[in-house]
Amino acid sequence: MITPVSRRAAMKWAAAGTFGLAAGIGTTAGLARWIRTEPAPYRFFSEAEARLLIPICEQIIPRDDTPGATDAGVIFYIDRQLSSVFQRHQPTYRLGLDAFRKTCLQVYKSPFEQLEFARQTEALRLIESNKAPKELWGDRSQSAFFNLVLDHTKQGFYGSPRHGGNRDYASYRMMGLAYPNLIGQNRYAAGRPI
Amino acid sequence: MSLPKVNVVIVGAGAGGGIVAKELATAGLSVVLLERGEWPRYDDHNDDELNSQRTPVLGNPFGPDDKRHRRVVVYNNGSTRVVLPSEGGYNNNAGCVGGGAVSYGAMAWRFMPQDFRLRSIYGEVKDSTLADWPISYDDLEPYYEKAEYELGVAGDYTNNPFCGPRKKPFPMPAFPYNKEALLIEKTATRMGLHPFPIPMLRNSVPYNGRPACIHMRSCVGFACPINAKAGSHNTVLPIAMATGHCEVRTGCVASEIVVDDRGRARSVRYFDAKNRGQEQPADLVVVSASATETARLLLNSKSKLFPNGAGNNNDWVGRNLQGHLYVGAAGFLEDEVYEEAGPGATLAICDFNHGIPGLIGGGALCNEFIPLPYLFTNMRPPGEPRWGKAHKDFQRRYYKRLVRLHGPVQEIPNFAARVSVDPTVKDAWGIPVCRLSGTRHPADFQQGDFLSKQAEAILKEMGATRVWRSGPSPTPSLSGGQHQAGTCRMGDDPKTSVTDRHGRIHQIDNLFVADGSLNVSNGGFNPALTIMALAYWVSHHIKAGWKGSQLR
Ligand SMILES: Cc1cc2nc3c(=O)[nH]c(=O)nc-3n(C[C@H](O)[C@H](O)[C@H](O)COP(=O)(O)OP(=O)(O)OC[C@H]3O[C@@H](n4cnc5c(N)ncnc54)[C@H](O)[C@@H]3O)c2cc1C
Ligand code: SF4
Repeated sequence: MITPVSRRAAMKWAAAGTFGLAAGIGTTAGLARWIRTEPAPYRFFSEAEARLLIPICEQIIPRDDTPGATDAGVIFYIDRQLSSVFQRHQPTYRLGLDAFRKTCLQVYKSPFEQLEFARQTEALRLIESNKAPKELWGDRSQSAFFNLVLDHTKQGFYGSPRHGGNRDYASYRMMGLAYPNLIGQNRYAAGRPI
Repeated sequence: MSLPKVNVVIVGAGAGGGIVAKELATAGLSVVLLERGEWPRYDDHNDDELNSQRTPVLGNPFGPDDKRHRRVVVYNNGSTRVVLPSEGGYNNNAGCVGGGAVSYGAMAWRFMPQDFRLRSIYGEVKDSTLADWPISYDDLEPYYEKAEYELGVAGDYTNNPFCGPRKKPFPMPAFPYNKEALLIEKTATRMGLHPFPIPMLRNSVPYNGRPACIHMRSCVGFACPINAKAGSHNTVLPIAMATGHCEVRTGCVASEIVVDDRGRARSVRYFDAKNRGQEQPADLVVVSASATETARLLLNSKSKLFPNGAGNNNDWVGRNLQGHLYVGAAGFLEDEVYEEAGPGATLAICDFNHGIPGLIGGGALCNEFIPLPYLFTNMRPPGEPRWGKAHKDFQRRYYKRLVRLHGPVQEIPNFAARVSVDPTVKDAWGIPVCRLSGTRHPADFQQGDFLSKQAEAILKEMGATRVWRSGPSPTPSLSGGQHQAGTCRMGDDPKTSVTDRHGRIHQIDNLFVADGSLNVSNGGFNPALTIMALAYWVSHHIKAGWKGSQLR
């Protein structure tokens, strides 16, 4: 039920000339096929896409003794932005995730989600350095896709929780920063009055 | 339909425009101030890094918005791209009442006397339009002082032997050094350098009815929640409005200055907050829309005598676009230096502005504003992994140990770096948008290289580890950005400048510019205080020429 909005936006950007240029992908006609009807916790992603993206983000910021991308809800940050201010990135995700899914099936004979952690890391290094099979990616840049997901994951992990990620200020806790930043309440420097 | 005529229409309520409004309104002129953005609201005062003017990944909180604004960037290889305000290539400053000075870092630099005489000092530079300013530091000194006192600057130049002469001390004491700066100070002094506190357009003590800074980690990129940071919106504009004859019209986008067949500015056409076309007639017009947008407005104002845009018969409008290459170095200390008391930048070093053999101008070095966690994810020594557990370890281990020295490099103006208007792309109102093209002058890279090496040497001498330089990138890039300047150069020769020494467009007697566009060169310093001083300077000369009901 979200697709008509997204599609209109995509066409607008195509007309403006920005659409797809950064990643060099996407035709607006193709977007019509992405209509999703089943109810889901996501606004943009299908369940299958989310299942793939969640471990990608977790690779980028994994859980150790502090929360990782999954715990912090990074997927919800990305999903929410893709259906609002990042509409222009929708094709990069949709086509990029699809190509990455196929890449794993071809190279590792397994869905990404089912690979061991170290193998998953390897798979991402492959696209980070543009070394996945070219025929699966066409003229789309693998590294541009990876870099976009990397950047958005960091945003979701470190940005304000009001955008859907950084649940419970996970990243601020991890870095030992006061949270939230209460205006006027964080002005005491260690041992030194200001 | 035309609105009732007023004495002055000013386009843009930013750092420059707000000051002109106050100066002219208090002199008794009736003023209409058109601002495309809105007043900063209470809700805008947050600490949301993704919605800050410094890292506007989700949009610029202080405008302009991604929905209605566009620009076209021309790359080195000739390809072009339409960019949004939230993307780096847009070279945004801001779009709200107060302009860039709502969310800026508030460093309050006077340029040095040499900065006004680059051509005399350094001679001709190949492929550049390097020139002396038509006015000197001494001409501008009283207006710097006025800006420092009316808006409020905290500083102390006791330890700065390089500054130009000043008649009065700063109105407020300097901010104390933070931990990082105390360490840099020790080392730099030992190295024979002259560190001193950065002058700031922020209140170190209560001043002019506004409270003292409460030291948050978020400052640059955000509006000040208590108005300790000064811009025109919380200092001079309230005074202008209290006169009763300055009307600030927000949400109003100027599209054209109407110049009549006798070569006089007659009115400003704009779209009001409801997107209705309006025309505001005036005795005189002042454009203060920032270096990119001022050039665009002039170029979009075509008339019989100026078929290529107002004041553009010599093709100089929009030329010499400058900003600042930002370079420096960063590293890590053994002990934590982070303080939960911002905003961070407190110390400056001006030993590398001027007098360096082989360089033209140089630049200042400062310790930096606190980077918030997302911004910090991009601060990595070369070769450091960008993701995975190593990324987390780095964030945890180094955030509070970071030391940085950075600064703006004096850019050498060149004719090819320019703002023009795009032949096809238009904004939401159908107004042709800015087209940015050209690259920085090669000399900028030499200077940047030099300055970043100095920063590196200081940090290494301090004992910082893993020190890396953020020098100039080897690929020539476009200038502009938040320190955009130079597009309507002032000068005595109408053939090689856009305005005269008082900011008046050559050949259009009642059309003035008062913003960063006037800067002949952009100093090795952040430009806001100079823009403010110029606004006072231009206002002074408008008032001097004002004879009751019209300009002389
Ligand atoms: C994050 C950040 C940090 C900065 N830090 C510093 C610092 O520490 N020190 C320093 O010196 N400088 C700093 N700057 C730069 C400083 O803010 C600018 O140099 C200064 O604001 C420029 O003044 P101006 O009058 O030329 O333009 P602006 O302040 O940009 O004002 C122009 C105004 O015109 C309006 N306008 C534009 N077009 C139109 C139109 N067509 N119709 C109506 N209105 C229009 C805009 O909305 C804007 O409000 C910083 C800027 C930013 C964004
Ligand atoms: S650090 Fe000070 S000047 Fe900056 S926003 Fe906070 S109170 Fe205002």
